[in-house]
Amino acid sequence: MKVLCGIGGSDDSFRALDRTVERAAVANDDLTVAVVDNEDSSVAPDDVMERAREAVADAGIDAEVRRVEGDPGSRLIEIAEREAFEEIVLGGGHTSPMGKITIGSIAEFVLLNAKTTVTLVR
Amino acid sequence: MSDRRYPDAVADAFPVPPTEFTDREDRTVEIRPYDGGEAGYESLVGMYDDFDPSDRAQGIPPGGEKRIREWLDAILAGDCHNVIAWCGDEVAGHATLVPDGDAYELAIFVHQEYQRAGIGTHLIRGLLGHGQAAGVEKVWLTVERWNRAAVSLYKKIGFETSDAESFELEMGLRLNADADDEDDEAGDSGAGDDDTGGE
Repeated sequence: MKVLCGIGGSDDSFRALDRTVERAAVANDDLTVAVVDNEDSSVAPDDVMERAREAVADAGIDAEVRRVEGDPGSRLIEIAEREAFEEIVLGGGHTSPMGKITIGSIAEFVLLNAKTTVTLVR
Repeated sequence: MSDRRYPDAVADAFPVPPTEFTDREDRTVEIRPYDGGEAGYESLVGMYDDFDPSDRAQGIPPGGEKRIREWLDAILAGDCHNVIAWCGDEVAGHATLVPDGDAYELAIFVHQEYQRAGIGTHLIRGLLGHGQAAGVEKVWLTVERWNRAAVSLYKKIGFETSDAESFELEMGLRLNADADDEDDEAGDSGAGDDDTGGE
């Protein structure tokens, strides 16, 4: 399957990255990791790129790690449509001190606007 | 997450528990701070184990006794503030303030058997009185925007909407003046104040 995994440096995005890479190694997915701008993230895009390349190398798969600038939600959808991705994978949300799950604004936008299946990783 | 907005004005004084009242079903209900004891803890586990999953909000309370205990261990810790509504030796409801930087996150749950009897209002007021007495300055919460009954309860209490941009509404309340009296909290006109429905 042709999979686009969008990550911006939040904890849940790294969890999504690790699981997607793991799955791609088993299922032989055609994976692209898109490193997007996330203003809520404390990790710089270059470091997110590095972290993604490491995950891909560790899994021994051949996946592209791509820097995607601009509005993250709309850019992910544009790429998915233009390049015929079948699935978009994102982090499954931030957990508050109380334990409440809040879905990030990127996931919210993608969920409501994507034509593809969207997977949120918990 | 740290730039939440709160009302400029400090809320009125809330009643400090323990308090007692008769609910709309003629049951005597007592609001007491959680005393840290084993009996209260087990009664809370019992309420949440029996809690209707359809009343979960954003993943809490979790399902299954093991996860309930893990969750309670986190929110009953010493730096949290917890208040319980008791009907005899049964827990009717529970409300909690969990520290988050310089503020506290609020959540409240009333067991299905005790809903729509006015307990939620007493319980949240008791929690805020307990927090106010302990010097808590700012409280925030999130609520699913379709949960009209909860949104109107929070508004009645004095919470103001601070973020209406996402699936959940975020609301804030100021319980005590800031210790260092910051003066940069202006402009909280509050978008999305259209939820006048519910009870």
